[in-house]
Amino acid sequence: MENNSSILTSLTINSKDYKLELLPWVSLLDTLRERLNLTGTKKGCDHGQCGACTVLCDGKRILSCLTLAVTKNGSDITTIEGVADGKELHPLQKAFIEHDAFQCGYCTPGQICSAIGMLREGKATTREDVKELMSGNLCRCGANSGIIDAIMQVKEGIDHE
Amino acid sequence: MENKPLIGQPLSRLEGYEKVTGNAQYAAEYNIPDLLYGYVVNSTITKGKILSVDVSDVLALQGVVKIFTHENRPSLAWFDLQYADMDAPPGTVFKPLSDNIIRYNGQPIALIVAEDLETARYASTLIKFVYEEETFNTILSQNLDKAREPKIGMSTPLKPPPPKPTGNFEQAYASAEFKTEAKYRHGTEHHNPLELFATTTIYEGDGKLTIYDKTQGTINNQLYVANVFGLKYKNVRVLAPYVGGAFGSGLRPQYQLFLCVLASLELKRNVRVTLERKQMFSFGHRPQVIQSLRFGADNSGKVTAMNHNAVGETSAYEDYNEILVPWSHKLYPAANTLFEYKLAPLDLATPIDMRAPGGVSGMHAIECIMDELAYKLNMDPLDFRLNNYSEIDPSTQKPFTSKELKQCYKKGAEKFGWHMRNPKPASTKKGNRLVGWGMATGIWDAYQFPARAEVILTKEGRLEVHNATTDIGTGTMTVMTQIAADEFGISVDEVSFFYGDSKKPFSMFQGGSAITASTGTAIVAVIRELKKKIIKKIKDSPNSPFKEIPEDQIVFRNSGLSVKKQPDLFITFQELIKANKGKEFKAAKLAGPDLLKLRKFSKATHSASFVEVEVDKDLGTITVTRAVTAVAAGKIINPKTARSQILGSMIWGISKALHEETLIDPNLGKYMNANLGEYHIPVHADIPEMEVIFAEENDGLINELGVKGVGEIGMTAIPAAIANAVFHATGKRINDLPIHFDKLMGHHGY
Repeated sequence: MENNSSILTSLTINSKDYKLELLPWVSLLDTLRERLNLTGTKKGCDHGQCGACTVLCDGKRILSCLTLAVTKNGSDITTIEGVADGKELHPLQKAFIEHDAFQCGYCTPGQICSAIGMLREGKATTREDVKELMSGNLCRCGANSGIIDAIMQVKEGIDHE
Repeated sequence: MENKPLIGQPLSRLEGYEKVTGNAQYAAEYNIPDLLYGYVVNSTITKGKILSVDVSDVLALQGVVKIFTHENRPSLAWFDLQYADMDAPPGTVFKPLSDNIIRYNGQPIALIVAEDLETARYASTLIKFVYEEETFNTILSQNLDKAREPKIGMSTPLKPPPPKPTGNFEQAYASAEFKTEAKYRHGTEHHNPLELFATTTIYEGDGKLTIYDKTQGTINNQLYVANVFGLKYKNVRVLAPYVGGAFGSGLRPQYQLFLCVLASLELKRNVRVTLERKQMFSFGHRPQVIQSLRFGADNSGKVTAMNHNAVGETSAYEDYNEILVPWSHKLYPAANTLFEYKLAPLDLATPIDMRAPGGVSGMHAIECIMDELAYKLNMDPLDFRLNNYSEIDPSTQKPFTSKELKQCYKKGAEKFGWHMRNPKPASTKKGNRLVGWGMATGIWDAYQFPARAEVILTKEGRLEVHNATTDIGTGTMTVMTQIAADEFGISVDEVSFFYGDSKKPFSMFQGGSAITASTGTAIVAVIRELKKKIIKKIKDSPNSPFKEIPEDQIVFRNSGLSVKKQPDLFITFQELIKANKGKEFKAAKLAGPDLLKLRKFSKATHSASFVEVEVDKDLGTITVTRAVTAVAAGKIINPKTARSQILGSMIWGISKALHEETLIDPNLGKYMNANLGEYHIPVHADIPEMEVIFAEENDGLINELGVKGVGEIGMTAIPAAIANAVFHATGKRINDLPIHFDKLMGHHGY
């Protein structure tokens, strides 16, 4: 990176506007974690293989480790820090606690953001669909059953509305 | 209103809010001003020497602050012992950057420190090493001739060599009416917690450091840093309030801690070093193991002879030990036994304990050969276990403090529907798939380490509990709070447990499923001490309504003091503090296992797992469709978090049996799938329907709480249950783990 000219990048993150001078080689994940201290988004592999870095970009779930921040100029990003409504937890956050859907908690933000995106996509009908569509998010502790139980509870709530 | 007993309640994790909102901070997540970033460079050869290092291109890069290699590493502690952590096996501990010798592929050989992460990472591609390569050995099966007795060291008492032979195995085996022998092979596995190993060091000046580290032992790493860098213990504080999984990988200080502290002290700056995922494959792992077993039985279906021989991999510099071979004799009362364990040093990093170390690999072999023997005897595999059931520990002839394995067999079998099983292999089909049912027994030790706890009844009438343990996702924080609240008669909301900090009273590292027994027992002991102090004070104070009440009649409940048969006589903790002139009450105590009493007993947790698999007839793909595990592990403090421990370890068992393995290229001596795309662990779609049953097991002997620990027991029976189910489905015995479709199709590939 001999020619290190940074690029002015505008991002709306959790409803807050940021104007950032960023080098093009900086990932969205490292922008969040190392520059904005939004460390709720996790780095588990930096290769798009574990899903821990999942955030919502213009409503869709993306892997922030595989996204260069400058390419998202003008986008609306929601991270785990922006999922709750003030102190009031998102139904998925509540369901995760109730179903013990985590142990160490490190994959949890990615699981929750991914689940929000997945439910929005509207492709899942059955529990098996949910398992399949959530399989990009790894959990090494083996809290998988609780994660799927929590998502199913919220999904059934939405389906009955 | 009476407080409900809290022990036994399925409380949701008390740190749940922090974890679902992203507020929980892990080692690399502390926002420290003027932070430098370190990036580790690893050896690309497997064995040899570094002849020269060229850093000129790196130094030319803007933003690079410093490069540490063996050429400029400052002189540090000289003696090996000063690098030996509490979990160091016999041998010579690895000292990063101490010389130019390459001992294994991926060994850390440089740290580049830069103003930002991207620069440090890019700089790592510009450093040039010239090596002199030597031939190496990394494949266990090709180096069995190097196997030798493990060395003895400080950790030997915790991991003793196999017990001496009993009876005469060779004779008994030769004359056994039914016998079977088999070889079992396990490949390398890496823990791969989802959080990357990371250290953030805050340079406080005057030889003082505050370190956020990914570890299972805050005090272990504090002592390591102080010893190696010649700092005062009190000046090194290691914190790990949140740990994103570890599974054994955090039992020893890892190299990023050393390198981060080195950089911080040399540069007098705050530094963070985070490993990459590929670097998570460059230190400890579960070793390659090859086991040979011979079991014999008589006409009545009693096991008479057991030989279990294992050779494990270790490094060229340390002798990592596992307890692999003696487990069968803690279960089955065969009169003739022969247990052997050897190590073959290879040019790899030293292995390290990984969830149920030794036990899960050993029990896989034992419970598969038991299944094979049951088939030879034409007995139901479960009936065969029951026919060889022992209430006492056959290896020591001592009674167990408790053993409810029979209940596990019964409840597990009922839940699973085991009695409906057609014993004939390949007899059940579901469309194009063969269905198989298998079962196995699990066993694990019930460890308890000494621990010290401090408690304070604060001026506000709250209870503070302090201990240095971590909570690696086990639910420790919640469980300790429950234990403390229950013992003190206070609500959970009024208890604060302070942990994950080397400044707190002593705890061993969090391993061996021991912390609930260790720290939990210490908390009970210290609260009893606190209660005594309070009672003495209140009985001594003038005009106290408790003056004439006998000590044993005073009880702590509903956040206050009362009297057993006079519930109306009650003062709150706040009133108590007021009576104490607004001063807090404090107590500290060390507690350990009652060795004198426990000497007369054996101790273990037990389990039984029942598994259904489906195997695609044409493709050989294996799916676990159902799994039931029944566990006898003493008192269950929190059924919700304990169930999660068992579910998680069952998934680990599925992973070991069917998914995960690190593959070494024998020509390069290097792990070839060092990433989460190619190192396969189960994803959500792989997870079957799972049931957990806790047997009622009242243990009045093991410790004050009657707890044994649940972190590992749920894993130990699963691999064998799966392999046995695969046999039942297909008629094929695959003894190499993980079982992949190619092995079922007859191409073993080894």
